[in-house]
Amino acid sequence: MGEAQDEAMTGAQRLLSGPVAVVNVGLEGFAAELRQNGVEAIHVDWTPPAGGDPKMAAILSKLGV
Amino acid sequence: MERIETANAEALARMFAAEPVLADVIPAREAMPGLKDRMILHAGPPIGWERMCGPMRGAVAGIIVFEGWAADLAEAERLAAAGGVEFHPNHHLDAVGPMTGMTTVSQPVMVVENRAFGNRAFCAINEGLGKVMRFGGNDAEVLDRLRWLRDTFGPALGAAIREKGGVGLKAIIARGLGMGDEMHQRNVACSGLFLREIAPSLARTCGDREALARALAFIAANDQFFLNIAMAMGKAIMDPVRGIAGSTVVTAMSRNGTDFGIRVSGTGDRWFTAPVEMPEGLYFPGFSAADANPDMGDSAIVETIGLGGFAMAAAPAVAGFVGAGAPSSAATFTRAMGEITLAQNPEWTIPAADYLGVPSGIDIRRVVETGIAPTINTGIAHREPGIGQVGAGVVKAPMACFEQAVMAIAEELGVA
Repeated sequence: MGEAQDEAMTGAQRLLSGPVAVVNVGLEGFAAELRQNGVEAIHVDWTPPAGGDPKMAAILSKLGV
Repeated sequence: MERIETANAEALARMFAAEPVLADVIPAREAMPGLKDRMILHAGPPIGWERMCGPMRGAVAGIIVFEGWAADLAEAERLAAAGGVEFHPNHHLDAVGPMTGMTTVSQPVMVVENRAFGNRAFCAINEGLGKVMRFGGNDAEVLDRLRWLRDTFGPALGAAIREKGGVGLKAIIARGLGMGDEMHQRNVACSGLFLREIAPSLARTCGDREALARALAFIAANDQFFLNIAMAMGKAIMDPVRGIAGSTVVTAMSRNGTDFGIRVSGTGDRWFTAPVEMPEGLYFPGFSAADANPDMGDSAIVETIGLGGFAMAAAPAVAGFVGAGAPSSAATFTRAMGEITLAQNPEWTIPAADYLGVPSGIDIRRVVETGIAPTINTGIAHREPGIGQVGAGVVKAPMACFEQAVMAIAEELGVA
């Protein structure tokens, strides 16, 4: 257990110790902030299906979307 | 769902198989047997006098005087308010009309035949720019122009079109897309191409040289002359797509200045309506957003067939004119509309966008899923009657229309 934790920490440390490349999904403001701070960020223009309305999303799913 | 995919494939096949031809210009009473005296066809979904916006009321009063049903505008308004005229949408009688969309018995209408399916659609003649009835204008100058269109220009244009055996429209649109038109806010190229097509026949059939010169000059001076032809063409293309069980393709989008309405193939002729939105755009000198009326007109039929805002990539100049951003961003609109449509038109392609076909077949499911509303290029009328056009802009179709339509089609298919 302890060994696994050590490995995870090592992975997280490794992730942030060098240059970070970010794929940002959803709110574009996060990507913009990162870019302003010199961090490479690719923005994916995405919103939840049907504006996040679960009932409508379920109906769309039944309609083949 | 396979049933929907099959139905939508049929809808697209019918759209692309259409053969629209401008075949004639005849009085509306001859074109539409259901159109009677004291009946006024208007743009958009059904609406009565009490809910009509200012420019629509102005146009109604003007057309009543034009038809001789009242002596002046004040009497015309009283007549309309008292139920002395019947109101129906143009769409209910195979017609369309820009902005206020007034169509009455004695007006000449252009007839577009869809020769692949045998149906016809109608639209009045474009009056030109400035103070005109489609923007709510109703003074003596406006009514005099309508009389000239009825008595002189309409019959002359009809004779020329008949002499020519009709004017095929698909090829004109295809060329226009390569010349900077999107056929809603820019019809400069198509109006010129149409003039080239019809001028020789007009010269042969018009006996009066002065009348001929005035007719030619009228078309030449009106960059939007072709809009009404494109609208009738759109209606002629989409009408055979109506009533395909299970299809989620939009067959009409239309606004009356109060409500926005759509019709969907799989739900027949039912309207799905929501309050119409305000266009965002640019205003002529001396006017501002405070003067603007909410969006209006049957002209969104051109977006329904993939033109107008959907073909913005073809018309970078329009992006600037309607305040939609830099000309270089025009293609963004067309690509966004690709997200909510089923296919690209194989014959109507946009050279400026690497021959991208115009996005065709608006799918209500995709609109609701993506949250991307159809973009419509539009003129902006003054909110008071009698003033006319004050600008041009872009408007979004209200999402609520599409949500209602999705629910209705789900009920229709038993999956609600």
